[in-house]
Amino acid sequence: MGMTIAEKIIAAAAGVESVKPGDIHTVELDRLMSNDGTTHLTIDMYNKLRKPRIADVSKLVWIMDHNVPCDSVKTAASHKKMRDFAKEHGIQFYEGAGVCHQVMMENHVTSGELIFGADSHTCAYGAVGAFGTGVGCTDYLYAMVTGKSWLLVPETLKFNLTGKLNDGVYARDLILSIIGMIGANGANYMAMEFGGEGLRTLNMSDRICICNLCVEAGAKTALMEVDEITLDYLKAHGREPKHNFKSDADAAFAKVYDIDLSTIKPIVAKPHFVDSVVDAKECVGTHIDEAFLGSCNNGRIEDLRVGARIIKGKKVHPLVRFLVVPASAEVYRQALAEGIIDTFMEAGAIVMNPNCSVCWGSCQGVIGENEVLISTGTRNFKGRAGHKDSFVYLASAATVTASAIKGEIATADRI
Amino acid sequence: MGFTIIEKIVRNNTGKEVHPGDIVTVNVDRVMIHDIFIPFVASKFEEMGFTKIWDADKAVLIYDHLVPASQVDDTRHFRIGNEFVEKYGMKNIHRSDGICHQLMTEAGYVKPGDVVFGTDSHTTTYGCVGAFSSGIGYTEMASILGTGTLWIRVPETIRVNITGKLPENVMAKDIILKLIGDLGADGATYKALEFAGDTVENMTVASRMSMSNMAIEAGAKCALFTPDEKTAEYCGITLTDKELDLAGDADAKYCKVINYRAEDFVPVMACPSNVDNVKPVSELAGKEIDQVFIGSCTNGRLEDLMAAAEILKGKHVAPFVKLIVTPASRKIYKEAAANGTMAVLAEAGAIITHPSCGLCCGRTGGILTDGETVIATNNRNFLGRMGTSKVNIYLASPKSAAACAIAGKIVNP
Amino acid sequence: MDKFTGKIWVLGDDIDTDIIIPTEYLALKTVQDMAPYAFSPLRPELAGQLNAGDIIVAGKNFGCGSSREQAPEIIKALGIKCVIAKSFARIFFRNAINNGLLLIENEKLRDVVSEGDEITITINESIEHQGNQYPITSLPQNLVDIINAGGLVKAMQKLNNVENG
Repeated sequence: MGMTIAEKIIAAAAGVESVKPGDIHTVELDRLMSNDGTTHLTIDMYNKLRKPRIADVSKLVWIMDHNVPCDSVKTAASHKKMRDFAKEHGIQFYEGAGVCHQVMMENHVTSGELIFGADSHTCAYGAVGAFGTGVGCTDYLYAMVTGKSWLLVPETLKFNLTGKLNDGVYARDLILSIIGMIGANGANYMAMEFGGEGLRTLNMSDRICICNLCVEAGAKTALMEVDEITLDYLKAHGREPKHNFKSDADAAFAKVYDIDLSTIKPIVAKPHFVDSVVDAKECVGTHIDEAFLGSCNNGRIEDLRVGARIIKGKKVHPLVRFLVVPASAEVYRQALAEGIIDTFMEAGAIVMNPNCSVCWGSCQGVIGENEVLISTGTRNFKGRAGHKDSFVYLASAATVTASAIKGEIATADRI
Repeated sequence: MGFTIIEKIVRNNTGKEVHPGDIVTVNVDRVMIHDIFIPFVASKFEEMGFTKIWDADKAVLIYDHLVPASQVDDTRHFRIGNEFVEKYGMKNIHRSDGICHQLMTEAGYVKPGDVVFGTDSHTTTYGCVGAFSSGIGYTEMASILGTGTLWIRVPETIRVNITGKLPENVMAKDIILKLIGDLGADGATYKALEFAGDTVENMTVASRMSMSNMAIEAGAKCALFTPDEKTAEYCGITLTDKELDLAGDADAKYCKVINYRAEDFVPVMACPSNVDNVKPVSELAGKEIDQVFIGSCTNGRLEDLMAAAEILKGKHVAPFVKLIVTPASRKIYKEAAANGTMAVLAEAGAIITHPSCGLCCGRTGGILTDGETVIATNNRNFLGRMGTSKVNIYLASPKSAAACAIAGKIVNP
Repeated sequence: MDKFTGKIWVLGDDIDTDIIIPTEYLALKTVQDMAPYAFSPLRPELAGQLNAGDIIVAGKNFGCGSSREQAPEIIKALGIKCVIAKSFARIFFRNAINNGLLLIENEKLRDVVSEGDEITITINESIEHQGNQYPITSLPQNLVDIINAGGLVKAMQKLNNVENG
């Protein structure tokens, strides 16, 4: 019986020949990412252990990204705790480098690795064929101290992509459409695997965007087949693949979906659920107060280029706050060099330092009572971006930028 | 009997000769209101029974303290501001273009000889172009919006003469910190400061701005520089005779005259937690730091960013130290992006934010906690200003700040 | 209220506006919401200890720093009857007068009192502390006019013929 990519990675990490869905295995972890959202809690628990030790400090990567620069005295204390601990134990540490998942992709992740991240969107790493999954601080602590953890082998949903996205349609429209189709719990506990000829038409930025959002369908992880695009990306970032797994022809999938990319349309996910997906046209004209282009989902150079192309020579609507937040310092420097930062500044956008920003909803661009945000962030849960009575619509970089110009939800072809 | 600059401005404004101690009503040329206080200004204005702004074109509303919003009720200020602008026909509004004081001068709202009030203590800044400008509360702002006038007591003037060439790595910030240290935090209370001498004549308007901005930290009502060609160029105007005359007369009466030799200045810092607790950087060297902040209406201008970039070029911020850079305006950000300054700062590891008050106003932008130390180029190091009351804030010039960021400790630039 | 007696709280020099009310709380909706945080960087417990009719006695340059008018408004909202200091910063001074908060400048008192003492103030005349009298200098007429009108808002209401202001 063949195995899926997820099964192969777990088998390798567990040191066994084969695994099947439902098995529980003890696995060796390749990397452990944690950010300022919860690391202070992990440290508190660590310090309560009788004889705490870190199994292998070289596996740890700690990234300050949720509240950067720091926005409150409470956060400042958590930050100091994290910074001091990292310094004391020699943990690889980033602050100001960008959103954790983008920083991980740029600097650490490689194919075939098994990675725990104390953040739900850790599934992003599947873009290069790594098994990334989000865990809470207790699981994180156990892995940090032992270097290991246990994993329930997930079933795999296979998404067989064919065709090509039309102009003006983006990876973000694709993944939101998929989440709309299978529902917010449609992949609970499962792995979502992407393959097929259509995948070859999607660049690494698209792939990260797709895998990153799979947790919004409940997925444990997301995985993509390694191909030339993956290998080129890894090479450009100075890394070699650890494994180069593909699902076997006779691998068992819980379900296979065939998706023709050319059928995907610009969509919007309406408040307050990521799977409330409708054709973007249905939302056209909806008043907005703020627009956000950024996040680990859609803050890469490719996304900024899309927005910049649309807004160049135009202005942000005077009553809209348009936040543009590159996903990493590397993205920022590239955008600066390409004149994209200038384009956004000229248009009247608010360009912030690389960080989670309003996607995290507690630090920058917080929205008030009854306000409406259109966002390229990961979530539109009630209260996610600020006041409990506020509204978040999710859309592509193109739709968000077009809306920022119009002052209401608009599609880019009408700007 | 001659006159000081402030006496001439008030005379020109009221049409009669004035002397220190006189209480007079001035006609206001421009007012500035910022986002933190607009809800209060709006409600007081209506409570007072006014139905229109005396001259809506003379009022400027600027969102800067709360940009981008960091707390859920912050955007309420924008909503109230937007409604006020709409209701009373104001045209001059900036929603994310930078810090109020930078915009007031940069966008041409202030000219030499103007009388300007703002709902912010650092409104003294506009003295850099020879305007009498001072900070007031929101109740008085509401009354000006209705009447176009305000009573003032004509202040006595402290004259500060600075001559000679500044040593390398000494900036205007070091001069004003030294002066505040010498005068004390209340040394110029109720008084006007007047700067003269070839050192200030040779300074850019931006450098003068750093000095007039901080005059309030010695309690001053205003801080004035004589308008010259640099002022004219900065404001995009040709100076009239009346404007050219805005210099202290040789026989003007000063309550105090202070003379400095530029060569005697050294890089200094204002140590926790008073702006007048000023010491030479050399005496503080070696102290470990956690964060550096380059920005604010005091020191977030292009020349400040360039001075920092010159020091940071090819180097990197020390491990575990944050360097936060917040340009003072959108225009400055764009200029710094265009001339490569931003690229240098970003390469060095700076966290570059959108132009706003940022950390200087202490609501976001790099808040710190107990035992941490920050070197900052802004204007205040009060207890609790940037986090808990156990944060150590040292105020410094952009050059000193940049050097500290690389070293991870206090060093002389 | 020509004459009143109150318990005093003693503060030092340069009590700045960020101590009186930190910026973190400045966007709260009302002065009442902000009042519990008054003086928190210096003495977090103080706002809760103040009682109506109490008096603050401080050193030089009281109220230095920002133009935030919440500073005198909060002090007033906490029931403080008057602030006596060696000197006041000018924006704070104007803001206090405009809100009808009584300020008295006195060079000597701060150095002879102890927290918890009682003092008696006779408006425009003197301060009495443990049998010693300290004279009060009177204010300029235009300020007296504002105070007599009940603050600047009331003065402007009179100007605009607003009823029941």
